[in-house]
Amino acid sequence: MIGLEAINVTKIYGAGATAVTAVNAVSLGVRRGEFVALVGPSGSGKTTMLAMLAGLLRPSAGQIFIAGQDIGRMSETQRTRFRGRYIGFAFQSNNLVPYLTALENVELLLRLNGKLDRKGRERARELLVRLGLGERLHNRPNQLSGGQQQRVAIARALIHEPEVVLADEPTASLDTERAHQVVQTFAELIHEQNRAGIMVTHDLRMCRYVDRVIQMVDGHVSREIVERNEILRLAGALDSPDGGSEVALVHAETIGERRPRDDWRRSPAAVV
Amino acid sequence: MSMAFYLAFKEVWRNKGRFALIAAVVALITVLVLFIAALAEGLASANREYIEKLNGELLVFQANTQLSTSASRIGRSRVAELRRVEGVEAVGQVGFSTAKLIPPDGGDEINIAFIGVEPGMPGEPEVFAGQQLARSRGNNVIVDEGVIARLGVQVGDLIRLKVTRGTREEFYDLTVVGLTDRRQYFFQPAVFAPIVTWDNIRADGGQPGGELVSNIAVIKLRNPDEIERMKRRIEAEVKDVEVADKKTAWEALPGYTAQQSTLSTQQFFTFFIGVLVVGGFFQIQTLQKVAQIGMLKAIGLSNWTVGLTAFAQIIIVNALGVAVGAAGTLALTANFPVTVPIVLTGATALAAVLALLAIGPLGGVVSVVALLRIEPLRALGMAQ
Repeated sequence: MIGLEAINVTKIYGAGATAVTAVNAVSLGVRRGEFVALVGPSGSGKTTMLAMLAGLLRPSAGQIFIAGQDIGRMSETQRTRFRGRYIGFAFQSNNLVPYLTALENVELLLRLNGKLDRKGRERARELLVRLGLGERLHNRPNQLSGGQQQRVAIARALIHEPEVVLADEPTASLDTERAHQVVQTFAELIHEQNRAGIMVTHDLRMCRYVDRVIQMVDGHVSREIVERNEILRLAGALDSPDGGSEVALVHAETIGERRPRDDWRRSPAAVV
Repeated sequence: MSMAFYLAFKEVWRNKGRFALIAAVVALITVLVLFIAALAEGLASANREYIEKLNGELLVFQANTQLSTSASRIGRSRVAELRRVEGVEAVGQVGFSTAKLIPPDGGDEINIAFIGVEPGMPGEPEVFAGQQLARSRGNNVIVDEGVIARLGVQVGDLIRLKVTRGTREEFYDLTVVGLTDRRQYFFQPAVFAPIVTWDNIRADGGQPGGELVSNIAVIKLRNPDEIERMKRRIEAEVKDVEVADKKTAWEALPGYTAQQSTLSTQQFFTFFIGVLVVGGFFQIQTLQKVAQIGMLKAIGLSNWTVGLTAFAQIIIVNALGVAVGAAGTLALTANFPVTVPIVLTGATALAAVLALLAIGPLGGVVSVVALLRIEPLRALGMAQ
């Protein structure tokens, strides 16, 4: 079942001679229960693409469907309400409300959606326990480590049962070990809870936890990897199972191989 | 809406120190503003109390005296003319002079306003204990609360008045027959004597055989709503007089308007400083929270919720500061002796408190607008 579908999405900044095309006619789809990584070098358009998929940025052209609704056509107010209901977020940093405890941060999305009943509270508590934060429920963000904060953010991104879960460089501020733990748990929860998950990352080592990798270069989808072994090789995990491939990080910046833009449509895992 | 109040309350509660600090600043500003208001009211009352409480609507002055009670002279014959004007219910002569009260225990002499009034006529204050003045002659007086507070006199007591006539000091013993509320005139507590007695005692009065002259006449109208029309009619029918309502009369008291406008300016500037301080605090807070607000908007909080959260915080902190400051000021002023010109009336306090409650919203409006303008994409560092 389709969770998210983008059709010929384009984003052009500026106008006339100074116009810059950040994303150029990109189409992609993510099924429910599928976790996809969006990778590419700086300036490839992956963050702009994520911002559009999140309803934070209106596409210049094309359509984005989430829960059957074209979010590009919505007003600012409608998009804000839509984000609160159908989209879960984990950002690079500044993820949590500093004056709320871990539990209250997670409950915030339930409160926003009018679902903060006894059952909801219990679910929030269980999710945090599941993420290893059972002892930290009533701690505020400044009393948590970076990894713990990121896990709270993941819980908050999932608690309101959104259609789509998006993460922007969720491991940027974490050490290698914690980064692996966080993304692994994220992937498990996306699969278990049957959400459509997209993660933008520059750290290719994190791709070992995803089902599909979409590489972007210069605003296009340059390549799509669905073969498990190929994904593991990209993540540097095939030869050295403990990961930690220094090459992988560098590789992310040097991916230049291009394929036809709509190549992913022909791949077996493609959904559109 | 509940989300906004939830976030506002949580943030204030979990950052008690920071918010208490700004509430304390608001409290101090409240104390300052209320004290200035109370001082303005106290000084104004000390000046105008007697005139304000007069049981008449119009005051008659001699023409071309710029409504000066000390320069004006109104004689008996003029009063008779005033009484004949259609629509005038009653006219009372009122004379002002000063004297000193000698305390029975030998303490410092007290400067008083020595006021001559016609018994039973406009100008004579109502007593709350004892009796009104009975006759135009006789050594009976009514004293106001200012005198009572300083001397502790009661009905039936004798008070000793000192008047300096030329270079000679003269003493008069007068019987207190009635007590009235505060009726200060020109910063001095008041002693009211029958007009003839007053004329005999006052320093430059008592010319034998001459007409009984007072400073002003107080008119009670048959219809108190006809002030303007009656003022014109009296000025037309009686020669050489100028008629003023009570407010015009007290505003013409020497220094009254200048003093009040100085205090109003001080009050306004204190208020303005308050707006800037609160505005500055919340603006700095907003700047510190740009990323956090961007995140909240990104996860689905509307601009309305974000704005209302900030506004609710401003209101909470401001109201807390004003409440503490006002309670402190009330407690302080309640214990001030009657001799200190600080009067915090309900109306003055309410007006100042309402203005102070506006400090927060006025100061915070810039920061709320700044919050509304935060774009989540830019705030989260995702903008191109």
